[in-house]
Amino acid sequence: MENELVNIKKTALNDTHHTLGGKMVAFAGYEMPVQYAGVNHEHEVVRNAVGVFDVSHMGEILIQGKDALPLIQKISSNDASTLSPGKVQYSCMPNNTGGIVDDLLIYMMSENDYLLVVNASNIQKDWDWINSIALDYLDLTITNLSDIISQLAVQGPLAVKSLQKLTTINLADMKYYTFEIGEFAGIPNSIISATGYTGAGGFEIYVQNKYIKQLWDAIFEAGKEYNIEPVGLAARDTLRLEMGYCLYGNDINDTTSPLEAGLGWITKFTKEFVQSDLLKIQKENGVTRKLVGFEITDKGIPRHDYEIWDENQQLIGIVTSGTMSPTLKKAIGMGYVTFEKSTIGSEIFINIRNKPVKAIIVKTPFYSNPNS
Amino acid sequence: MKIPENLLYTHDHEWIRIENAIAYIGITDFAQHELGDIVYVEIETVGENLNQNQTFGTVEAVKTVSDLFMPLNGEILELNPKLETNPELVNSDPYGDGWMIKVKIENNAETKGLLKSDAYALLIGS
Repeated sequence: MENELVNIKKTALNDTHHTLGGKMVAFAGYEMPVQYAGVNHEHEVVRNAVGVFDVSHMGEILIQGKDALPLIQKISSNDASTLSPGKVQYSCMPNNTGGIVDDLLIYMMSENDYLLVVNASNIQKDWDWINSIALDYLDLTITNLSDIISQLAVQGPLAVKSLQKLTTINLADMKYYTFEIGEFAGIPNSIISATGYTGAGGFEIYVQNKYIKQLWDAIFEAGKEYNIEPVGLAARDTLRLEMGYCLYGNDINDTTSPLEAGLGWITKFTKEFVQSDLLKIQKENGVTRKLVGFEITDKGIPRHDYEIWDENQQLIGIVTSGTMSPTLKKAIGMGYVTFEKSTIGSEIFINIRNKPVKAIIVKTPFYSNPNS
Repeated sequence: MKIPENLLYTHDHEWIRIENAIAYIGITDFAQHELGDIVYVEIETVGENLNQNQTFGTVEAVKTVSDLFMPLNGEILELNPKLETNPELVNSDPYGDGWMIKVKIENNAETKGLLKSDAYALLIGS
């Protein structure tokens, strides 16, 4: 661990996490807080009150110019032409073999001006990929802002009340997957985005690195009366998994197609994109494996890379994510299984330490937010 | 970090409390802290005779899985029944209500390789 930390990147809030007693780990090339008070507690804070995540490791790539939309339409599976300024879209970038380069958010800032928010682990890969496709376009400026932009995710049912003190923008009126640009906690040109990766509601706020400590302190002051707390990556993972959201590197990667991953809803064949013909054929023929959610009905906890068996202990798939759900108090997971075995209600078995542990395929999200 | 003086310890962060021919075994305060919130303790070796360093079970935290090793030879008599429904006792009271197994050992059992509290404190750097 010590050696790994030598060449590791730090977010602008690194000292703050250490001061708060955050347990720091290497994640996607960054030293990040995996937990502070404890993962189950932090998870509950976000479900029931409000928590703050430093997600400054995420990447931001700005694409500007008359060819910005044509390029984005080419690289992304969702239809970005349906965006208008102030709207956000979830999308993914298919690769040359029909797998996924990355999943991302696309922000339409204004005409000919888009901000792509990508996974930290993929910043360099995405940058190289986007620039390779961009060679076919003329009127483009592509800028990697990842090292100068910081991001906080403020999530939970009390996020609106906490944050409203810091801005004149009416946060309660903001629709899911929209954003505003304005002054926030005295910081000019902040991006306030009604998005998140927890299913608990709330906002993601982007500012320049030099303002992030000011933003962090203002948010904690504003949220004090609601017992706001810092939340680490471990709870971010349990929260997203309860919602059945994909994590790049676990549930989706260079070899999984968006259709197999259940991302057909962001794969629009109304336009041409990288390998859209290939994916269209896959859609017409049907996929051979599918990402499903499951609950363990026996005892044990599924983990990434555990085998999925049928009742005869034949291999039918692989677990991509798993945890004990802090809200549901059940062991839950996601994984790819052969199409024939992928129907809701099917009984499957997880190979946990060479023992078949019974599970049942269920609908996702595993958890439904009672407030939404 | 609590390291009671009346216990013995292993390099794998288990503790042992020996009372005549009976030993109680659990994981240390340091271990539970490193693991984080414990959500499942799986011990299916009750009734078995195991040797020192053999695996007697598994402890699962939200993010990690760790094997549990026998600190000394013995027969596993009982596992802590409270851990079935309250595995978090390992976090809140690792040396008390969070004990894991009760083991029958030979009188004058081999305790070679086990650490006293001061040596264990050095091991974990506290």
